[in-house]
Amino acid sequence: MSTLTRTRSTFIASLATGLLFTAASGVAQDKSIVVASTTSTQDSGLFDYLLPLFKQRTGITVRVIAQGTGQALDTGRRGDADVVFVHAKSEELKFVAEGESVKRYPVMYNDFVLIGPRSDPAGIKGMKDVSKALHKLRDKRASFISRGDRSGTHIAELDLWTESGIDINKDKGLWYKSIGQGMGAALNTAAASDAYVLSDRATWIRFRNKGDLQILVEGDKRMFNQYGVMLVNPTKHPSVKKELGQRFIDYLVSPEGQNAITNYKIDGQQLFYPNANDAGA
Amino acid sequence: MPENVSAVHLVLTGDPALFSIVRLSLIVSLGAALFAALIGLPLGALIALTRFYGREAVIVVLNALMGLPPVVVGLVVFLALSRSGPLGSFGLLFTPQAMVIAQTVLVTPIIAALSRQTIEDLWVEYRDELAAMDVGPLRRIRTLLWDARFSLVTALLAGFGRAVAEVGSIIIVGGNIEGFTRTMTTAIALETSKGNLQLALGLGIVLISIVVLISALVWGARRAGERFAG
Amino acid sequence: MNLGASADLPIEFAEVGILVGGVTILDRISIHISQGAPTILIGPNGSGKTTFLRVAMGLLSPSRGRVTWGGRETSPLTRRAIVFQRPVTLRRSVSGNLGYALATAGVRRSERGRRIAELLSLVGLKGLESRPARRLSGGEQQRLALARALARDPAVLFLDEPTASLDPAATKAIEGIVRAISERGVKVVMATHDLGEARRLAGDIVLLHRGVVIESGPADAFFAGPATDEAKRFISGDLLI
Repeated sequence: MSTLTRTRSTFIASLATGLLFTAASGVAQDKSIVVASTTSTQDSGLFDYLLPLFKQRTGITVRVIAQGTGQALDTGRRGDADVVFVHAKSEELKFVAEGESVKRYPVMYNDFVLIGPRSDPAGIKGMKDVSKALHKLRDKRASFISRGDRSGTHIAELDLWTESGIDINKDKGLWYKSIGQGMGAALNTAAASDAYVLSDRATWIRFRNKGDLQILVEGDKRMFNQYGVMLVNPTKHPSVKKELGQRFIDYLVSPEGQNAITNYKIDGQQLFYPNANDAGA
Repeated sequence: MPENVSAVHLVLTGDPALFSIVRLSLIVSLGAALFAALIGLPLGALIALTRFYGREAVIVVLNALMGLPPVVVGLVVFLALSRSGPLGSFGLLFTPQAMVIAQTVLVTPIIAALSRQTIEDLWVEYRDELAAMDVGPLRRIRTLLWDARFSLVTALLAGFGRAVAEVGSIIIVGGNIEGFTRTMTTAIALETSKGNLQLALGLGIVLISIVVLISALVWGARRAGERFAG
Repeated sequence: MNLGASADLPIEFAEVGILVGGVTILDRISIHISQGAPTILIGPNGSGKTTFLRVAMGLLSPSRGRVTWGGRETSPLTRRAIVFQRPVTLRRSVSGNLGYALATAGVRRSERGRRIAELLSLVGLKGLESRPARRLSGGEQQRLALARALARDPAVLFLDEPTASLDPAATKAIEGIVRAISERGVKVVMATHDLGEARRLAGDIVLLHRGVVIESGPADAFFAGPATDEAKRFISGDLLI
């Protein structure tokens, strides 16, 4: 390549890199934080409601990356998020124990519901004991969709099988379909194949493709789902915006934030129950 | 973006969320196509016109890279741009810039491979005449690029089409953040996963219409150009 | 147009041989091309005429032997031009093609318009400036290629069977142009397999067969009394195998 072409190419390359740089530094300097959260939380619409309120209060823009719980925690471990907001207490405590966060704050809880087709081939409708319901699903080999994606919902599902005394790894067969995707995808799959699925209530209420599905089992205390929020450890990841991130956490656990959570309703139903003051949550 | 309405309704009422994701889709994919052209056209020309050891292997690999799976590209770029990755200090992950980077990686092989073929074919035609006119290497490249411009524009359009249609890479490196890194394709993925199938379908039709419009504009420009040149 | 002797002439072939992939295309060619009336190359298809022209133009280096231009072993292509047997028009308009040739020959932008008009007049393509060159007829494309070569203001012009696929009217037009430029002082070296054309245009004749010069010399002498047997048979219309 002649000198002229080479010079021209170098010029263009530097121009391009320059554009990317200025854009990137621009991005880094505005008042924003990245929060890694879960797809079910995003799909519930809570963020669409809460974040504008927070921005109005503080001027801070919150950018939410919605992933599975496992992925969200990994994003925190990699330092790619400032705050992690998920619902898998055991995983969150592990996160703190690893030194990836200094403190976990409980925020709120919602509950899971067991969804299935109206025809209910396993006959679990109205049961109050979720373990007995799961036993019936297993015994009847009823078609069941699992998220299979290390999400909070997936972990809760696995915990429920265990608490019911079922070793799902041994007992699963063709009836147990692990799809490795989010709540919406799982509900879509269940609706399309008349299967059973465990969902968080918020996503279920907002879901638009219910088809023949309905809630069959709810209210069992074991189906409650606790949310916790953590600031990624700024000592370990210096790029974390610790002041802005902490303000978000402070907002969530403050009376104002907790009140806002209570007031979030779909079709008149409250979805999340604030419990930041509950020490054991 | 309201969920209980159709996409047509959103278009007609000028819904700002819809327009912002359309704008982002176009900026990201056009930007990526442009950068890919800046790299791919000279690269394609270089491979077409020079002889070097292993040239045929390079061509085979380049052609194969046209089929790079977007999700794999997304994953690699993600690992590179992550704070714990080699390029982490730029803080580019989960930004539109990261999406442009990922799509540039995806589209460059397409433009390079197609332009290489086009330029090589034209070179075979022109070689004797250009030699007889004592045309030097620099001018030769300019002549081939100019005379092949219609086919090269088609290659650019192919690259742009690939970029604007994909979701696998940008959803990973962009994070589908509302109001920031959400494009048409990632919005369609999201609405589908929320069960808003009507809206998702409608968005898909809007996307296709935009791409058809762009293709028609390019075709129109070509016809106008043909009327002037040979 | 060119006046005065060219620095590239005489073109001297000294024992020139061309080997391609083990096949001998030209063998021990020793020929002298000097200023003056056209030198016409004749011979059956496959005799090596095209290769000869390329070597004389300087596009192909001899595998054996030596070519010199005006005594020099290398000479830039600036004052030489060639029209190939099947010329390729650029994907531009007629004037675009000529403009390109002028630009590569170093003619200033301000001059080009005038030169294009001149050249189109000379080859009889006036009025076709903006026609896409690829939409010209065969004869017109041949004339365009000729104009393109002339745009370089060559002192030596090589033509490879320019009238091979043309009808008599178009052939007459091309021959007229060749005669005109030859009279202006441009040395024409032209291959043809039309003996009549050779008679009409030549100065000197070079008869090639299987890569070897069978006979060469002034046209009158050649046609009146060919020295070799092959020449006799060729002139009388026999196929030389």
